[in-house]
Amino acid sequence: MENQDKVKQMNGSGVKPGLAAEPTMRAQGKSEKVRDVAPADHRTPKAKSRGVNVYYGAKQALFSIDLDIFENEVTALIGPSGCGKSTFLRCLNRMNDVIDICRVEGKIEIDGDDIYSSGLDVVQLRERVGMVFQKPNPFPKSIYDNIAYGPRIHGLAEGKADMDEIVETSLTKAGLWNEVKERLHDPGTGLSGGQQQRLCIARAISVSPEVILMDEPCSALDPIATAHIEDLMFELKENYTIVIVTHSMQQAARVSQRTGFFHLGELVEVGKTEQIFQNPVDQRTQDYITGRFG
Amino acid sequence: MALAATAFALLVFSSFIIGQSRARASAGSSGLKLHSLPNYHGCYVALWAGVPALLILLLWLALEPVFLRSIVLDTIPERTASMSEQQLSVLFSEIQNKADGAFGITAADESLTRAIDSYKSLKRTSHFAMLAVFFSVCVLCLLFARSRIAPAFTARHAVEKAFNAFLFLSSLIAILTTIGIVCSLIFESIRFFQLVPFTDFVFGAKWSPQTAMRADQVASEGAFGAVPLFVGTILIAFIAMCVATPVGLFAAVYLAEYASKRTRVVAKPILEILAGIPTVVYGFFAALTVAPYVKDTAEALGLAASSESALAAGLVMGIMIIPFISSLSDDVINAVPQSLRDGSYAMGATKSETIKQVIVPAALPGIVGAVLLAISRAVGETMIVVMAAGLAANLTANPLSNVTTVTVQIVTILVGDQEFDSAKTLSAFALGLMLFFVTLLLNVIALRIVKKYREKYD
Ligand SMILES: Nc1ncnc2c1ncn2[C@@H]1O[C@H](COP(=O)(O)OP(=O)(O)OP(=O)(O)O)[C@@H](O)[C@H]1O
Ligand SMILES: [Mg+2]
Repeated sequence: MENQDKVKQMNGSGVKPGLAAEPTMRAQGKSEKVRDVAPADHRTPKAKSRGVNVYYGAKQALFSIDLDIFENEVTALIGPSGCGKSTFLRCLNRMNDVIDICRVEGKIEIDGDDIYSSGLDVVQLRERVGMVFQKPNPFPKSIYDNIAYGPRIHGLAEGKADMDEIVETSLTKAGLWNEVKERLHDPGTGLSGGQQQRLCIARAISVSPEVILMDEPCSALDPIATAHIEDLMFELKENYTIVIVTHSMQQAARVSQRTGFFHLGELVEVGKTEQIFQNPVDQRTQDYITGRFG
Repeated sequence: MALAATAFALLVFSSFIIGQSRARASAGSSGLKLHSLPNYHGCYVALWAGVPALLILLLWLALEPVFLRSIVLDTIPERTASMSEQQLSVLFSEIQNKADGAFGITAADESLTRAIDSYKSLKRTSHFAMLAVFFSVCVLCLLFARSRIAPAFTARHAVEKAFNAFLFLSSLIAILTTIGIVCSLIFESIRFFQLVPFTDFVFGAKWSPQTAMRADQVASEGAFGAVPLFVGTILIAFIAMCVATPVGLFAAVYLAEYASKRTRVVAKPILEILAGIPTVVYGFFAALTVAPYVKDTAEALGLAASSESALAAGLVMGIMIIPFISSLSDDVINAVPQSLRDGSYAMGATKSETIKQVIVPAALPGIVGAVLLAISRAVGETMIVVMAAGLAANLTANPLSNVTTVTVQIVTILVGDQEFDSAKTLSAFALGLMLFFVTLLLNVIALRIVKKYREKYD
């Protein structure tokens, strides 16, 4: 708890240059959360996509996606394989830039900033929008250096003590501290799969991002490690905005507050999780969640 | 001979057909299903027809000279009685040469003529006998194999076994050759170390292998201290690596991470052509272009430089080695999983940060392996050094002076007329042995590192 407070403080005190607007945004999110009961979609979204089309070469993968993502919530994206969930997720931190043939149209805003505007610094965007991948991908470095990687390249720590603290806080938040505190200097690749995935989550939160994107973070894990990570998401959403892609309907139902259903590159339906699962509007959603196709 | 070879080929081919049709016929007549396809029966018969006969042929050819020799030499006991083993060998090869040689070479005396005649006639008889035995074995084995064909006969497994044996034999040849070479190196080196103490060789600082060729010749005693050679080798290899490692590595990083697909398709093969240029050509280049340039530059800077220098040889050798490093490093960099790059980009790292902090460290073991392999290549390189670094065994670390290397000395020792058991000649084997161990060690280490690296991502 104490550690969490520290990170909150860090977030709040505007450690990152150029993000001075952030504390107020966060405060807004919090106050909304206090209202709690049925906040309708008139809230200001943390991230907002409008008319997003994505092409891989000549092939269109996403068709005019309009999706709002709210702060301090877990938003789940579900849908059959190949429907474009990962593609959409990767639009949010511009990881699609890495793919030569990929082209994105439309508008995506985070905190009102157009992230595809030409003046935007991709490196800074990715500091604000972290990502956890389907397969755990720790760097072939020590556990400590895996966590310290982001803070080092962004110059977030002043001195060793500061860095030690970031490492400890991040690992604690990812629920890994007690398991690895004795062996921080062993290679991160030597951990078990579930531990590696939590290491990757710790790595993602080490730079105190505002949004964390998770692309099927549990698909390589056993039920116990999965439960661990779901608990973790539950805690993390207090401080972060989380978007998760998952193939498990149960998981989406358990961890998310809002759910979006993708089908063949279209966003068919989005809404509160209970509503999507109990009372879907669209026939395709109905079919998918009852397991009739996909 | 050509006739016999054609006949043999026809025989083997027809035995294949015989086996095939026999298998079909046996299946047809008994109504049973064949265990193996007719082709396998055909192969089986063909193998029997071919292999034993060929083996006998080889054996015959190997033993023939031995028998011929003893019989022929026995025809002239009056000459051979008092001869040593070595003289006998010389005499027999003289007989052989004269018998096989052109017309008009007449023997000096009567007994030799007699021996030559007997050699000729024996050889002819042996030849006919050989062909007779060869073809009868061939046919007999064919018949034997044919008799075994039956629907239940497991020709498929028999062919499999023969194939296995063949593969085994091939690898055995490669391994035995290696062992043979190493053994000959070791034995000759032992002879050398009986003449020159091991410690003198390994720690001696003076190398001048000039010993008297004849007993009456005046010559220095000869010094066999290998240190200057190894220092020269290390100096040149070091210069080469100083050129090749950074250039090769950066080229690899560029090709793997920055170059567009089109650049890559063009640039990579061009870089690899560098590896295909014969080293003699690099040698010209080193001796005629780089060495004078190095000398002029050094003199312009007020430094004394000889016209052949370690620096010139090392620079050119470095260029020669670039493709080894770049091509191997490029492979290991490409083998770094994309997920690590994605992880780093997703943390907000730039491309060069990702390369410096994630990709190169992850690929480092493989890169080290590439560098070690390149070093062993540099250490073994001869031609460039012969042409550009000179022959003088100076013990120096000055890259502007002329030095020599282990391989160059081996070449100079063995070129020209030598007494085969002099210390000078034998020293080549000792040098070769040491060089062999050094490169072997480097290769083993390099391969282990590369292998360890591979395991990590599989
Ligand atoms: N790098 C790429 N190059 C070309 N086409 C791609 C690429 N990545 C994805 N696609 C295509 O875009 C479409 C959407 O892919 P995406 O990976 O977003 O699906 P997904 O919903 O995440 O599927 P899954 O649930 O299987 O992960 C697919 O048709 C896919 O073939
Ligand atoms: Mg996906």
